[in-house]
Amino acid sequence: MSNKTILQSINEALDQSMDKDKTIVVYGEDVGFEGGVFRTTAGLQEKYGVERVFDTPIAEAAIVGSAVGMAVNGLKPVVEMQFSGFSLPAFNQIATHVARFRNRSRGKYNLPLVIRMPYGGGVKALEHHSESLETLYAHIPGLKLVIPSTPYDAKGLMIAAINDPDPVIFMEPKRIYRAFKQEVPDEMYEIPIGKARIVNPGNDITIIAWGALIREVEKAVKLVPEVNAEIIDLRTISPIDHETIINSVKKTGRVLIVHEAVKSFGPGAELISIINEKAFLYLEAAPRRLTGFDITVPLPKGEPYFIIEPEQIAYEIKSIMSFKA
Amino acid sequence: MLFENFDPLKGEMLQILNQEGLIVNDELEPKISKETLLKMYRTMVLGRIADEKALQFQRQGRMLTYAPNIGQEAAQVGSMAALSEQDWLVLAFRESNAMLYKGVTLEQSFLYWYGNENGSKYDENVKVLPINVPIGSQINHAAGVAYASKLQNKNEATIVFIGDGGTSHGEFHEGMNFAAVFDLPMITVIQNNHYAISTPRHRATKAKTLAQKAIAYGIPGIQVDGNDPLAMYLAVKTARERAMKNEGPTLIEAVTYRIGPHTTSDNPKLYREDKEVEEWKKKDPIQRFKKYLISKKYWTEEKDIILQEEHKQTVLDTFKHVEENGDVSLDEIFSYTYESMTSNLKEQLAYYKEYLEKAGEKNVE
Repeated sequence: MSNKTILQSINEALDQSMDKDKTIVVYGEDVGFEGGVFRTTAGLQEKYGVERVFDTPIAEAAIVGSAVGMAVNGLKPVVEMQFSGFSLPAFNQIATHVARFRNRSRGKYNLPLVIRMPYGGGVKALEHHSESLETLYAHIPGLKLVIPSTPYDAKGLMIAAINDPDPVIFMEPKRIYRAFKQEVPDEMYEIPIGKARIVNPGNDITIIAWGALIREVEKAVKLVPEVNAEIIDLRTISPIDHETIINSVKKTGRVLIVHEAVKSFGPGAELISIINEKAFLYLEAAPRRLTGFDITVPLPKGEPYFIIEPEQIAYEIKSIMSFKA
Repeated sequence: MLFENFDPLKGEMLQILNQEGLIVNDELEPKISKETLLKMYRTMVLGRIADEKALQFQRQGRMLTYAPNIGQEAAQVGSMAALSEQDWLVLAFRESNAMLYKGVTLEQSFLYWYGNENGSKYDENVKVLPINVPIGSQINHAAGVAYASKLQNKNEATIVFIGDGGTSHGEFHEGMNFAAVFDLPMITVIQNNHYAISTPRHRATKAKTLAQKAIAYGIPGIQVDGNDPLAMYLAVKTARERAMKNEGPTLIEAVTYRIGPHTTSDNPKLYREDKEVEEWKKKDPIQRFKKYLISKKYWTEEKDIILQEEHKQTVLDTFKHVEENGDVSLDEIFSYTYESMTSNLKEQLAYYKEYLEKAGEKNVE
């Protein structure tokens, strides 16, 4: 065990996986020599050489499209989109090929590849550097979408994503890349994809979040000590772990979903639909969503309005707890 | 040397066998075994007959939209004959002759156009990627396949086909550039059949040739008479030699013509003159290849009649088999989205089965 940040955990997961499996290649824009703009891949090129860890031309469709070909021909690519906002030039490849090759070839060609992308706001960045695009990728059949919220999960989920036979989109909450450290095992381990984590059990209200917002939710519940909240870290956005959510809602009867992705048609809408379909009669209050507004993420001068803070989460918790039909 | 001698900027185009079936460039005539030449010819004839019949089946409402290859057989088969068993084929969607030559069965090809994904489940040892509908995106796949070949020291090249229209796509540029930067063993064949559905070649690019686009990638590019199987063979063979020597990709523009429609949904009379089509019919790749084979005493008109009849029967029998076995089960449409069905999918499948049980079988005809 040793203390690591999310960033170090991802780096270690890549490093140990590459060491174990020679078919893994890591590439993207500036990921090789420089080790990535966030240094997530630092040291890997030195260790595994320029053929397995390399910089590409600035061409996202080529990065993802070539990963499709590599996966077909025996490699396991782990590619980086420098920011999720820049994954869109590769969207055609992701939606029309990565997600479909297995189905299109009736199982002849599986694509065991991982597409990493730092996502989310709160880092005072330029335009296109702060988006939360979960919905775009979770909506596509054939993809899995994973988001860690802790160093421990980051390592285990990354190793699971690399070992998964299906293509995985791995969104990294860049706001908390270095925000805190946690004891992380030195050996390799997997966190199962498709399983949510109960951060702390409770009976009064179910709060569902993921990524950087788990920390904010944890701070928020401290502001309302009278409420015994159950926090669920979704961890996998697609496929969603229905069981954990439904069991929790059946117990608490109250739900708050918190995400930075914009509201309309977002993950919260899907979660509430699942809850309505499977636990409607257990609800004691209308489920609520606290999300990003349906606007472009503002530049840093306006971004504070957009960022969800613990106080606002606490406000929503109180509002749901006082709901009267 | 071949590529230096045919400069697309000077309007030089490689041709070995002219439209009369005569060798116009003795020095360049490739030495191809009789067996290979006959395999090439048989594949081209099978491809032609399969296309003609498929168009009929489609008109009879027995097949989906179909994209015929008529007129482009040499561009495909000439290319494939120059490759080795271990090489990869990455497709656009108008390459059924290349597929047949590479070992995709006629049944699989028909099954796909019949509307069944099993048509893209080629046999285990057939190194062909499935038909790729989004224009231009396959170049990047080919670059990735080639990167993997190079990294793993596999002695294999990747050939990728694209149309003239596809070269306008951003992904064509990204893929060509990626392959060139990493010196990948990739051979790009542009089937310039002069039309992207209705859009003529001059609307695809201001450039005089498509081959000259290679210059910007720092790789060789050559214009080849795409209806000349020998010229296509030589160009691809030379490109493959470069690839195997780690010299990187090559861009080959096969100048050909789509005699038929874009697909069965298209009416080419709306955008091109019959006269133009007639001119290109005189350059038919199969006719000129037959003359060549007869001149080499490898083939006769009598044998040709027998071959035509055999192939017609094969095509009819194959399609009959597809019609009798082409249905898809409900479970199957759920089974291949992920390696293991997710609980969400299991739930959706179970719901639908329950519905069918209560409402009666759904008619999927």
